[in-house]
Amino acid sequence: MSNLTLTQAINAGLRRALEDDPKVVLLGEDIGTLGGVFRVTDGLMKDFGSHRVIDTPLAESAIIGTAVGLAYRGFRPVCEIQFDGFIYPGFDQIVSQVAKLHARTQGMVRMPMTIRVPFGGGIGSPEHHSESPEAYFVHTSGLRVISPSNPQDAYTMLRQAIASDDPVLYFEPKRRYHVKGEVDLEGDLTAAPAMGSARIVEAGTDVTLVSYGPLVKTAVDAARAAAGEGISIEVIDLRSLSPVDYATVQESVQRTGRLVITHEAARTLGIGAELAASITERCFNYLESAPVRVTGFDIPYPPSKLEKHHLPDLDRILDGVDRALGRPNSHTGLEY
Amino acid sequence: MTHSRHEPKGPAAMKMHQLITADGDRVADELLDGFVSDLDDQSLRNLYEDMVVIRRIDFESTALQRQGQLALWPPLVGQEASQVGSARALEKEDFIFPTYRENGVVYCRGAEMSKAVGVWRGTSNTGWDPHEYNMATPQIIIGAQTLHATGYAMGLALEGKESLAIAYLGDGATSQGDVHEAMVFAASFQAPVIFFCQNNHWAISEPVGLQSHVPLAGRAPGYGIPSLQVDGNDVLAVLAATRWAAHRARTGGGPSFIEAVTYRMGPHTTADDPTRYRGVTELEEWGAKDPLARMRTFLINAGKLDDEAEAAISAKADEQAAALRLACINLPDPEAMSLFENVYVHEHSELELQREQYRAYLASFEPATASATQGVNANAQRSVS
Repeated sequence: MSNLTLTQAINAGLRRALEDDPKVVLLGEDIGTLGGVFRVTDGLMKDFGSHRVIDTPLAESAIIGTAVGLAYRGFRPVCEIQFDGFIYPGFDQIVSQVAKLHARTQGMVRMPMTIRVPFGGGIGSPEHHSESPEAYFVHTSGLRVISPSNPQDAYTMLRQAIASDDPVLYFEPKRRYHVKGEVDLEGDLTAAPAMGSARIVEAGTDVTLVSYGPLVKTAVDAARAAAGEGISIEVIDLRSLSPVDYATVQESVQRTGRLVITHEAARTLGIGAELAASITERCFNYLESAPVRVTGFDIPYPPSKLEKHHLPDLDRILDGVDRALGRPNSHTGLEY
Repeated sequence: MTHSRHEPKGPAAMKMHQLITADGDRVADELLDGFVSDLDDQSLRNLYEDMVVIRRIDFESTALQRQGQLALWPPLVGQEASQVGSARALEKEDFIFPTYRENGVVYCRGAEMSKAVGVWRGTSNTGWDPHEYNMATPQIIIGAQTLHATGYAMGLALEGKESLAIAYLGDGATSQGDVHEAMVFAASFQAPVIFFCQNNHWAISEPVGLQSHVPLAGRAPGYGIPSLQVDGNDVLAVLAATRWAAHRARTGGGPSFIEAVTYRMGPHTTADDPTRYRGVTELEEWGAKDPLARMRTFLINAGKLDDEAEAAISAKADEQAAALRLACINLPDPEAMSLFENVYVHEHSELELQREQYRAYLASFEPATASATQGVNANAQRSVS
C-alpha cells in the first residue's frame, strides 16, 4: 500500500496504463513538460516520450476530435480538459461523435477513450474554473460518467475507465486533489468494485445521504456531526453517475425511509433531480418523507469570495437532513 | 454596410491546375503531368465509367426519393470528377472520412450502395463496416470529420505507417471551428492527412463568397499546409492533385489541402429549392463545364472510347441502378429491440432495465401479434377502438 494524494493516485493510474498498453496515449494542454496545471501528469512525458504524452495546441474540440480519430485507429486516448469550464468547446465532439459512434456504426467502431475533467469549486478560482457540468454528459446516451472521491478510487476507477471499451467522462474533484489516502497499486482490477457501483461509506439507519466526488467528505463530516445529535446517517458515495447504482441506493432507502442528495452542481435537472425521481419511483411506499436536494444554486458560478454560500457545506447538508426528518430545529423552517 | 456575397475579396485568384479543358482538350501542367503519366487507355476509360455509373446511381436515388422510398437524398451531380479523381488516387490502407455527399467515393471504395441508402431510408445510421472499407460512415455534422481524419493520421504517424487519412469537406465547412482546429493540429503534428475540399459554391443557400474573402486553397498556407487549387470538374487533374498530396503524406511531408473547384448542379438535398437562391445563368455556365462530357470528348478525340465501349459502360450503369433500386425497396425495417443495441460495449444497468421493461411490454401483446413491431401497432389500435 502507498500513501498518496488523489493527484498522485491519478498520476500512478496513468503511468500504469501507459506501461501496460502501448496503445494508450495522453493528449492535453500543458500535460507534457509542465506536467499539467495541477501536476497530475507530472513526469509522464519525461518517462514515456512526447509521442505518448502529447502536448497539444489550445483547442478542446481538437483534443476530443483527434482522439476520435486515434480511437478509430485502435488507440486508447486519454484526454485532459484543463478545467471544467473549458469542456464546452469540445462538447459537440463528445455528445455528437464520441457518444454516438458505436451506435451509429452498429457496433463496428468503438470509442475506448477517457476524458479527464478537473471539476467543482472550493479552490478560489476565477470564472470558468469551478463548474460542475456532469449532468450534461449523464444526459447523453453512450457515455459513462464517473467521479472518484478518494485516492484509492481515483486510481482504480481511472484504470477501469481506460480499460473500458466505452467512452468515460472521469470527473476529478479538484478541491480534493491533495487529500491523502492508502492506495493499493498492485490490486487486481477484476477484483475491485465495478466501475458502475456505489459504495456505502458510513452505515446508518435514519437517513440515506447520497453524494459523489468533492462532497463525499463533507457528507461524511455531516454524518459524524449528526451522530452527536443522535441521528444515524448512511452515506453513499455514488462513484458512478452514469449508470447510477440504484440497487445500492434503493436498498438503503428501503431501510432508512428518507433520502437526501447533495452535489455542487445546480439543482434543476441535476443528478439529485434524477435520483429523487428514480428513487421515488422505486421506493414510494418506503419513503417517510419527500427526497431532499441540497445543491448548488441555479446561478452562474459566483466569484470565489461568494462560493462558500453556493457550495453545500456541512450545515446546509444537516439542514437538508433536518427537513427530511421533519425536525423542528431546521434553521429555515421551510418544508422544502 | 453592404458587401458582395459572391465575389471573393483580398488576394488575387490562385492558379487553378487543369489537365483537360471544358472542351475536352488535354493541356499540360508542370506539376501534375508526372502524377498521371502511368495511366493507360483502360485506366482513363475506367475513370469515365466510374463517373457515368455514379451519375446514374445518383439519378436513381433522387428518383427513389421522389417516389417516397427514401426520406431524403443529397445529390452529387456535377461533382463526379472530384469524387472519382480523389478516391481513385487512394490505396486500400488509406482511411477516408467522408461527408454525407460522398456517395461517389462510397462507390469507388467498393462499399454496397444499397447499404449506403439505408441512412436515407431510415433503416440504419450507417451503411458499411468502416474497418472493412477503411472508410468512416457519413458525417452529418459539418466539418467534424476533419478532426477525426487528423487524429487518425496522427495515429498512423505514431505507428510509423506510410498510409494516410483523407477528410472530405465542402466550402461551407471551412467556416467551422473544427476545420480550423484540424488544420492547426495537422500542421502541429505534421499528420499525413489530406483535406479534400469540394468547393461546390453553395453551402445550402449561402454562397462561397460569404464563407471566404480569399480562395479556399489560399487559407491553408496560413497554417503551414501546402495547398493546390484544381479544376474539380477535370477528373484527371483531381486524380493527379490527390496523388500529389498522397505522395507528400506517404513520404513524411505532412498535411496537404486541395480545393477542387466544382459545382453542385442540383439542390443541397432533395428537400431544397435552389431556384430560390441562384440564377439560371450560373447553372448554364457550369453546365458547359460538365465533368462527364469533357472526359467523353477527350476519350473519343483520342480514339480511346468507341460505341461498343460506351454501350458497355451505359449497360453497367443501368445494371447498378437497377440493383440499387431493388435492394433499397427490399431493405427490411429493423427489429424493435435493436433500439437498445450497441449504445454501449459493456452493459449499462439503466439501459438494460429500460430494454427489459420494453421487451416485457411488447411481449404482453403476444400471442395476438407475431412480432414486436406489430405489437406496437396493436396497442395503437386498441387505444382507439
